[in-house]
Amino acid sequence: MGVKQVVKGNFATAVAAKLARVDVVPAYPITPSTLFPEQISQYVANGEMDAELLLTESEHSAMSAAIGASASGARVATSTASQGLKLMSEMLFIASGMRLPIVVAVGNRALSAPINIWCDHSDTMAERDSGWMQFYAESNQAALDLMLMAFKIAEDHRVLLPAMVGLDAFVLTHTMEGVDVPLQEEVDDFLPPYKPVYTLNVNNPMTFGSFGTPAHYMEFKYQQWEAMKSARKVIDEVFADFERKFGRKYEKVSEYRTDDAEIIFITMGSVSGTARAAVDRLRERGIKAGAAKIVVFRPFPLERIKDIAKKAEVLAVLDRAVSFGISGPVFTDIAGALTNEEEKPMLLDFIIGLGGRDITFRDFFEMAEIAKKTMKAGKVDDPVHWINLRKELLEGGA
Amino acid sequence: MASDELFVSGHRGCAGCGMATAVRMVLQEAGPNTIVANATGCLEVMTTGYPETAWKIPWIHAAFENAAAVASGVDVALKKLGKREGVNVLAFAGDGGTFDIGFQALSGMLERGHNITYVVFDNEAYMNTGIQRCSSTPPYASTTTSPAGRVIPGKQGKKKPISKIVAAHDIAYTATATIAHPKDLKTKIKKALESEGPSFVQIFSPCPTGWRFPSELSVKLSKMAVDTGIFVLWELEGGNFDNIRITYKPKERKPVEEYFKLQGRFRHLLKMPEKIAEIQREVDEKCAEFGF
Amino acid sequence: MDKITLGAVNTEPGSSLNYKTGSWRTMKPVLTPENCIFCNMCWEFCPDSAIEPADPKSKKPIRIDYDYCKGCGICVEECLANKNANLPNALEMVPEEK
Repeated sequence: MGVKQVVKGNFATAVAAKLARVDVVPAYPITPSTLFPEQISQYVANGEMDAELLLTESEHSAMSAAIGASASGARVATSTASQGLKLMSEMLFIASGMRLPIVVAVGNRALSAPINIWCDHSDTMAERDSGWMQFYAESNQAALDLMLMAFKIAEDHRVLLPAMVGLDAFVLTHTMEGVDVPLQEEVDDFLPPYKPVYTLNVNNPMTFGSFGTPAHYMEFKYQQWEAMKSARKVIDEVFADFERKFGRKYEKVSEYRTDDAEIIFITMGSVSGTARAAVDRLRERGIKAGAAKIVVFRPFPLERIKDIAKKAEVLAVLDRAVSFGISGPVFTDIAGALTNEEEKPMLLDFIIGLGGRDITFRDFFEMAEIAKKTMKAGKVDDPVHWINLRKELLEGGA
Repeated sequence: MASDELFVSGHRGCAGCGMATAVRMVLQEAGPNTIVANATGCLEVMTTGYPETAWKIPWIHAAFENAAAVASGVDVALKKLGKREGVNVLAFAGDGGTFDIGFQALSGMLERGHNITYVVFDNEAYMNTGIQRCSSTPPYASTTTSPAGRVIPGKQGKKKPISKIVAAHDIAYTATATIAHPKDLKTKIKKALESEGPSFVQIFSPCPTGWRFPSELSVKLSKMAVDTGIFVLWELEGGNFDNIRITYKPKERKPVEEYFKLQGRFRHLLKMPEKIAEIQREVDEKCAEFGF
Repeated sequence: MDKITLGAVNTEPGSSLNYKTGSWRTMKPVLTPENCIFCNMCWEFCPDSAIEPADPKSKKPIRIDYDYCKGCGICVEECLANKNANLPNALEMVPEEK
């Protein structure tokens, strides 16, 4: 089973693209994802990967070329982050609307301004309505595995939607970790070649990217809505298949010590490990804490969130992004998922770790304190709290 | 209607659309083994209103600024899948999608050396959105965003010399064409398709709606543009401008005023002889540069 | 009513033929067949592919497809018989009958 290698997260996503026998890689470099196109370039230059590498003049063109290539029947992957994902944004919506199963690794990075190259989830969160499936990796192993699974899920004819796999800037993209790199034959056995429904083909000419009037547009959007719904089932199937073949278990939401928990932290990405360790320490201090890691954010794991919510008195949502004027984006989705539940926990939103600010045990202790106070009060006045904010830098701050 | 047309009737182009004629001519030359990546614009809107399409070749539209990038993706994908042989890959875009918003993607495609023929249908303004000024709009033309006002008489600034800028990328083949010179146009498309590497053809495409002229004059205006020297028919292999070949030289150049008189977008100029003289001078200089 | 296709891909090439643009006309070109000199300029320049070309060999004149002709008048303007003062006109624009 595979070969153990100590690699960076970007390498893990690149090797996944290679193992997936990706046909076309249109790419444009951006920190912290540059190692992806660099690694693919190496593979192609050395003849280790039989792919067309298309080095475009912008991320917008990279995604545009991805669309052209995918519509031609190719398996397509690329990588980007932050401003690059923003420049792609227009084309993200078009890729999903055209039902092209492109896979993108995103090195989750903060958005300008001010310009900042470090980790948060603002970039992918702002694309949560783009019609792409979204997976978030906690480790380099997960980045590799989720990339492989993303192709299989995206290309399933019940789905046919593009997918992005988020891996935290630097914390994963540039950090070396031991990863089990599967063998080519194992991946070939898991992931069959892409079989498109329609392609640009001179022997069977079709028109891609039609003009949709009010008479049809809504039905096309409903088609995407249904595809995202069936993705829920397909994701479970593919996760199960992956576990059978590779022995590594993935769930849409993974729980840790939640069964008797009063406070459950909801996390995404690399901070999830810190969350589990913090839960252990809090329990040592007599605080019944648990943690739940969202791996699949789109389609949103509604049922799993409802189940988890039943267990706790307080759901403490960690948002590494903010929707100015309301709260963090994960919080609103969870609140929405629970809104019609008869019994629901109190919900707290913690805006945390923006622009690469470290998330530490101390932060978890602070969040637990706020959660405890909330339980005692039995009500929530303002659910949104900014954690580890340097108040001394702010006007009127201490 | 000829059954071998690859661009068929029923499209929603305005009566007398110069671009529609140009598209027919291009596809007659390119033939059925052709894939087109089309930018957003009149051509896309008027031909693909779901569930209908005027195209009988594989055709893809994604957005406004990226026909060159989408075509690039098609090119490499077909290559990788072993389906590239014998297939023409073309990009179609209007002047807005080429001179302005698609300029970067076009330059990237040219630099990467894709074997793609890029055809720009140049009707000198954003017609699809309602006749707004573009960098392709000629001096003093009145558009909805460069109106002929009491103080400012239409578009300020020159028309971007797109084909020269494209040719400066030192690509395989660059040419300009009009629908009034169909043999010349088709020869150029043929040469473009046969070139190894990127090629570019700028087709002057009169727009009755945007230029405000009677719909029967699209061909005549194309001819007038060439006969006045406002639009010069040339071709070039590579990037050395010394090698530019003029493919049609009017025996005697007509005054630009005759061309302006036929179009509502220039009507205000007819009362401004100094502006007409200014344009005449510029056209004379340009023609002198081309050697006639 | 046909079901919609995946991602708005249109699988019926040339299906715009289902839409007859002939109803747009206010003026229409009318051919006097015996005056057609088979130059096919009308076919060459028609923006709507609405002219069936002439066959000079069999002396078959052009035919106008009024299902699609929008009445732009380019064919009348560019007709070589019309342009030649020594020949009778082959194409004329007349008001569309209502």
